[in-house]
Order: sequence, then C-alpha cells, then structure tokens
Amino acid sequence: MIDAESPIVSVRGLVNRFGSQTVHNGLDLDIRTGEIFGIVGGSGSGKSVLLRSILGLQRPQAGTVAIEGRDITRMSGAELRAVKRSYGVTFQHGALFTSLTVSQNVELPIAEFFDLKKETLTALAELRIRMVGLPADAGSKYPAQLSGGMVKRAALARALALEPALLFLDEPTSGLDPISAAAFDELILYLQGHLHLTVVMITHDLDTIMRTCNRVGVIVDARMIVDTLDGILQNEHPWIREYFHGPRARAVADRPAPMGKNNG
Amino acid sequence: MAGGFESWKVETSSARRNRFGGVKRALLASAEDADTHRATLLFQTTSRMALTQNNDGATLTLKFTGDCVVDRLPELEADLAAAATGGARSVVFDVSGIGRLDISGAWLILACAHRLTAAGIATRVVGARSEHFEFLKELLASGQGAAPAAAVGQLPPWERVPRAVGLWTLKSVRDLFGGTVFLGHVVAVFVSAGRSIRRLRIPSIARHVYETGVTAMPIVALIAFLISVIVAYLGADQLRKFGAEIFVVDLVTIAVLREMGVLLTAIIVAGRSGSAFAAEIGVMKLNEEVDALDAIGMNPIEVLVLPRVIGLVIALPLLTVLADAMGLLGGGLLSAWLVNIPAAQYMQRMQEAISSTTFWAGLVKAPVFAFLIAVVGTYRGMQVRGSSRELGRLTTVAVVQAIFLVILADAFFAILFVELDF
Repeated sequence: MIDAESPIVSVRGLVNRFGSQTVHNGLDLDIRTGEIFGIVGGSGSGKSVLLRSILGLQRPQAGTVAIEGRDITRMSGAELRAVKRSYGVTFQHGALFTSLTVSQNVELPIAEFFDLKKETLTALAELRIRMVGLPADAGSKYPAQLSGGMVKRAALARALALEPALLFLDEPTSGLDPISAAAFDELILYLQGHLHLTVVMITHDLDTIMRTCNRVGVIVDARMIVDTLDGILQNEHPWIREYFHGPRARAVADRPAPMGKNNG
Repeated sequence: MAGGFESWKVETSSARRNRFGGVKRALLASAEDADTHRATLLFQTTSRMALTQNNDGATLTLKFTGDCVVDRLPELEADLAAAATGGARSVVFDVSGIGRLDISGAWLILACAHRLTAAGIATRVVGARSEHFEFLKELLASGQGAAPAAAVGQLPPWERVPRAVGLWTLKSVRDLFGGTVFLGHVVAVFVSAGRSIRRLRIPSIARHVYETGVTAMPIVALIAFLISVIVAYLGADQLRKFGAEIFVVDLVTIAVLREMGVLLTAIIVAGRSGSAFAAEIGVMKLNEEVDALDAIGMNPIEVLVLPRVIGLVIALPLLTVLADAMGLLGGGLLSAWLVNIPAAQYMQRMQEAISSTTFWAGLVKAPVFAFLIAVVGTYRGMQVRGSSRELGRLTTVAVVQAIFLVILADAFFAILFVELDF
C-alpha cells in the first residue's frame, strides 16, 4: 500500500536557527504512507524543533515542509488549521488539559469540529479510551489522578480523537517502566495496524525503535540520515555507531526481527 | 417481497454539514478514492452519508450509503436518531453500501445496535465491511464493561442540594483547620529559624521587600494621593455649607492617617502580592519544586513562606508611611487650590487636629495586615494541586480572603482603639 512516489510528509532543505546556533541546516526527510518512522538524535540536536516545524507550530528560516504534497510553510491560517486538524500529536509529558477529565480531554477536539449530542461525544470518547487500553473508569478521572503510563495512553486517545491518518508521538515511552513501555510499543503497532496510521515518533528508547520502526532518521551534524533499521545499524557514522552500539545498546543487540507492518 | 413493503429515505438537513467540509474540498483537487485503505490520506472529500429504511413489518433494514467517517458524524447521528423501528422485531444494519467507513462511524452504528438489543430487538450487521466491526468487537471483548455509551447517572435534586451543603460545610471546616495548622507551622518555623541569622534567609527577605514594597511605590503613592484629593474635595463641598472649610484639614488628616493610608495600601498589596505569592508557590507545587525542597531536607515553609511573610511585614508599614505622606500632600494641595487654605495654615491646623497617637494608630495596623495577606497568599499557594484551574481558583481565593481578613481586622482595631481611647 505504500506509495513510494508520494510521501505523506516531505521536508526539503529545512533550516532552523536560534541566534547564532544552527539547529538544522538543509535537512531532508520523507515519510511514507503507512510506515512507523523513528526520529533519533542527541539531546539538543533539534528533534523537537523538527517536529514543531512539521506540525506547523513553528516556521522554519528556510526550506519546505509538505504534508500530502502541500507546503505548509506557505499556507494561510485557515488552511494550516485544516492540516492541523488532520493529524494527531502526543507531547512528551502528555499535555493533557489538567482541568478536564480524560473523557473531556478526548471529547474536546471532536466537540470543537462537530456539532454532536453529549451521549454521542461520550460514546466516541469511550471508544478512544478503550482503543488505547485504558480501563473504563479512567474516563472520569483527572490527569493528576493518572499514573505516567496512563497519561501517555490518555494523550494518545486525545490524539486519535479526530481519526487522524498521521500520528506524531514525542517520546511516547519516556518515563515508563520497561513493561509499560513494551505494552505501549504493542499498542502503537496494534493501532497502526488496525487504523492504517502513519506514525512518526521521536524516541530515545532503543527497544521501541527495534520493535516498532520500519525506518529511522538520525539527526547528525544538523542534517538527517535516513535508512531502514538494518541500514542504520550498519551505518559507519561515529555518532550513530555510538548510539546503536554503545554500552546501553548491547542489550538490544540480539533483538528479534522487527515486526513487519503493512509495508507491502 | 410482501405487499406491505414500505420504503422511504430519511433526509437530514444539509445545513448540518461539518465546518471543515468546505476547506477540505478546496484543499483537495484529486478525485474521490474508493479504496478504504487510502483513508490514510489527509485531504479527502467525503460524500454525503445517507440512510435508507426498509420496514416489512417484522424486520427493519437500515441501508447505509455514502461515507461513514468522522467528518460525517453529525449526519450519521441525526440519521440514526431519526430511524424509527416502527414495531419491527429485528433490525438489520446493511453496511455493504458504505463507501468509506472508519472506527468512529462503525462505533456509532454498533452503539445504536447495542441500544436496540438492550430494548429487546434482535440486531444484525451485514455487508462485506466487517473488518471494522470485528476490531470493535475484539475491543469490546477484551475490555471490561458491556455496551458502549452507558449514561452516567445523576442524583435527583433533593439529594444534590443537601449533599452540596454538606460538602461545602466539610470543606469550610477543613479549610479553617488547615489554615490554623499552617499558621501554627509558620509561627513554629519562625521561632526556630529566628535563632540563627542564616536560617532567616536575608537575601530572600530583601528580594521580597523589593518586589512587594519598592515596586509597589508608584501605584500606592498615586492612589493615596488621588483618594485623599477626592475626600478633601467632597468634604470641602459639604463643610462650605457651614462655613467650616478649615475642618477639611481635620477630615483629610485623620482619615488618611488613621484609616485610609493603611487600608488602601493593604488592599493594593493584597491584589499585587497576595496573588503573586499564591501563584508563585502554586506553580512550584505543580512542578513538584516544593516536594524537591522537602526532599533535599529544606523546610518549604522556612524557604518559601517565611521570607515572604517577613518581607511583607517589613514592606507594608513602609508603604503605609508613603501613602500617609502622599495623602496629606494631596489634601494640602487641594486645600490650597480650592479652599484657599495656604500651606502654612494647613500645617498649623494639621498639628492641632491630630493627637500624638493618630499616626501610630494607622501604622500599627500595617504589620498585622501584612501578616494576614502573606499567610493567606502562601497558604493558598501551598494548597494548589493537580490542575491549572486549581491554581487560578486558589489565587482568586487568596486575594478575596486577604482583603476580607484585612477589613475584618480593621474593624477589630477600630473597636479596640475606641475602647482604649488610642
């Protein structure tokens, strides 16, 4: 189903500078429909800035960001809002609205765009809450009452509120114990398979990369090196070698084969 | 088919078209794509969802056509609500005619089926598009709880009102108790920290004197000046009727020194600094900074509360002196311009009007007011937990309660001074 000719997200010549510090200098990136793409990079290498540029939350100094072939860096406010409505995002710390319950957090985007009855909204929110594997009573809880893993799942439920085809995850498994993180990996694979999602995730979790990602992009020297997982593992760039073969990576060396998604 | 076959089409208002239909259509030039897996496309048009009902008396067949996706939910909701069972014993949901189906659409259809099943009507979903329904059934089977969309029960009003009153009473009692405990903590920490100059955190106190005192000087001076001008102006207007304009000086002097200088300053400071204390400490609570201090072994009350209380207790009397001076200046200027009392006469009359205690009767209240404002602000800040709304609520509560307590304390002082003839 992947159409290699027309990537769903296409970044060309992206330049982001803050003062004298150049974060991205001519960064290129293509994300194909239906894949799970991992973005990797050192602290301060501009992973979050890249994500914000793709999301249209921040205008780059130069370069284009095209979603479905449409350059969002040149879009008007209304067009950009329509694009924003069509993808889902989870933020690193969940960014759930603390004054709303989980159910209200999920209902909020749906209620904003569609004029629906309260029961329908509740039913749709409940579906999302079930989809991400939260217990039924989690809907009436406030974010402060949730554990870290539940916050991540609730954030995912909100990201899925408007049935996005494209899902961005910022460090989805950070701060989770290995069991919860592994469960979250499975959840992403499960939802990606059933909902035909394209998933872009920023992650430091090597286990998550090994388990879920089809392809990986590494930000080094203000540019991006993109390859399949196996290709990246054999890459000779010193930073990439250090990242994937350093002391903390050994445990994942004898990994199982990455799960095949619908990359037919 | 039987003769009593009825067929009609349910139309819903096209005005219920979703907001983004137009924008999305404009964005997409490409033609409609029938492949469901291309639902991964972002910019897609959707075709109008429609529902046809066939009722042969025993079985109602609901035939869905068009796209049954998230953009078409309002139409689907209205159509399902309009579908009348008309006494049918079983309902068949025919989804074979659906162009595109997503999980939300499937869920609403399934929820409708569940509702009918609960009402004792047999339901069946037919059509090739079972993939989504299988996913949902799997989801329902794995999760706990039964059908989707179980309505949350609400208490009847005769139970809700006493419940609310009871909860409010409990909350108030707990609040009073908590406040007393907090006050006790502050005093205890002050006593123990007072033994060592290092634990009093002089730099922190200085910062709070600067922030609550020095930066408040312009606004306090301006307001004290203007209010005393207003009082003098109104007073002169009334006293002129008796030919007693000279008593304007008495009025302004006593009002400013005894009451207005300190009270106005306290209210301004409650608004500025009481809210700032609550918000600062509240955000630190939300960020777990207060817990971090505690875990390091630093007492949050000693580090956060005490410097603020001491700082404000120093700053507010100083601000009061400024407000008194500006008030007397304002009264004097107005008297000179409007009532033709020259400055020398104003000074002389002022000396006669006040007793030795007038100035102190105002100033002695300032540290008490400062203490109340600072304790309420920091206490409310410490109460913040969980959510941003809580932060806003408690900041408001801090200001309102601080002003209330200041005025209450002022009333006590008024009675006390009358009784003591101070």
